[in-house]
Amino acid sequence: MESKVTCLHDRHVALGAQMVPFGGFDMPLQYSNIIEEHNAVRNACGIFDVSHMGEVLVTGADAEKFVQYIFTNDVSNAPVGKIFYGMMLHPTGGCVDDLLVYKMGENRFFLVINAANIDKDYAWIVEQAKSFNVVTENQSDIYGQVAIQGPAAQDVIEEVLGIPCKDVVFYEFEERNIDGENVIVSRTGYTGEDGFEIYGSHKYIISIWDKLIASKKVLPCGLGCRDTLRFEVGLPLYGDELTDEITPLEAGLGMFVKLEKEDFIGKEALTKQKADGLKRKIIGIELSGRAIPRHGYEVVKDDQVVGTVTTGYNSISTGKSVCMALVNIEAAQMGEPISVRIHRKLHEGVVVAKRFYKKSYKK
Amino acid sequence: MAKVIEGLYYCESHEYVKVEGEFGYIGITDYAQEQLGNVVYVDMPEVDDEFSAEDVFGAVESVKAASDLCMPVSGVVVEINEALEDEPELVNQDAFGNWIIKVKLTNPAELDSLMGAEAYQSICK
Repeated sequence: MESKVTCLHDRHVALGAQMVPFGGFDMPLQYSNIIEEHNAVRNACGIFDVSHMGEVLVTGADAEKFVQYIFTNDVSNAPVGKIFYGMMLHPTGGCVDDLLVYKMGENRFFLVINAANIDKDYAWIVEQAKSFNVVTENQSDIYGQVAIQGPAAQDVIEEVLGIPCKDVVFYEFEERNIDGENVIVSRTGYTGEDGFEIYGSHKYIISIWDKLIASKKVLPCGLGCRDTLRFEVGLPLYGDELTDEITPLEAGLGMFVKLEKEDFIGKEALTKQKADGLKRKIIGIELSGRAIPRHGYEVVKDDQVVGTVTTGYNSISTGKSVCMALVNIEAAQMGEPISVRIHRKLHEGVVVAKRFYKKSYKK
Repeated sequence: MAKVIEGLYYCESHEYVKVEGEFGYIGITDYAQEQLGNVVYVDMPEVDDEFSAEDVFGAVESVKAASDLCMPVSGVVVEINEALEDEPELVNQDAFGNWIIKVKLTNPAELDSLMGAEAYQSICK
């Protein structure tokens, strides 16, 4: 299948980015190098092209009822401008996808989904929508999106783009009319740092990308450091920590699943899973050496394979070799020894919290 | 432009051998380190491990990926470059100066099938 491209594709090529296929798109892995880009986001400001993300608009008399039915978090009684993180689930409790839901108005919701899942998710949403009075629209091809992330993000956006954003609080957004364009300014991200995501037309997104790059106040950042940044602060990636087979409770994301709200798809399975107790869960592991535990490597305890690594790196911010891993519950005890098989050898480690670096959100 | 040094032997998987008497110093080429980007870990074998030509003897890892290290020639490991355990980035700074393992060559005739500097230069693009 031929890769799709985002509206910023020729910018990436012109900057000399190393391009890789991701989620059906030809995307920049890195421009300079992952470590430099990672540190720019932790210490100053980086910009990511996230136009590959999918957007679905849900409107109609039953829109809120419908979102409540397909989404694990509780959007009822929320003010316009609020953003929720959560999942869409199979009846088994496994994840169709994880997503953000923007409340744009009464019975008007904007769903932001993973690039690799756009077709699957949209077909699934349309299927579930049949018994509701709602209109769904896949707007993924209309929107471009950039993420501007790092402690300097707010100042950079205000100074370089002239967009006031200091009053937009964490997990809230505003729809603005800027130069005749409808633009969404959202205080969200996937890095563990303060930052914003801006959605707009392709033309608008290209124009702000060019202004920000020309200002030299932001470093262009690729998907390579997007993954190392989200990993260090314990954020899940669909395909690694969340899949059709892994429930949000197993992934340690129970706070985004409101089992006390009205019926939603997967509620029954998760209610039962919670009552029965988890049989496996995602943990953090810190290794004593520098060897790098990577996705799919075996996790071993007392000579038994007890699970697999979901994501692992030599953490750029801390220098430690750490990973998240899905393991049998017996092996999940915090502080207990556990090993990872790396290049045929067992490397010793210990179970730790799956947050390897402290988030610094501005709340 | 990646550096290539005269007098070394090269193989297609981008390892080099520098021969001194009956010993060979094996590492990755400057071109290989450029392609990999920041080296953050080098997985090395143990002294006395014996390998045949083309065997995987370790791995060199960037942030994103692990790349196998292949033996250009057969040999027994007599020394590993311990400096790389704490400073794997030395491979980026000087790939030819920072060999990974030193081996006793067990079949020096194999060197004849490896490339010289000029031939290796031509496959680096």
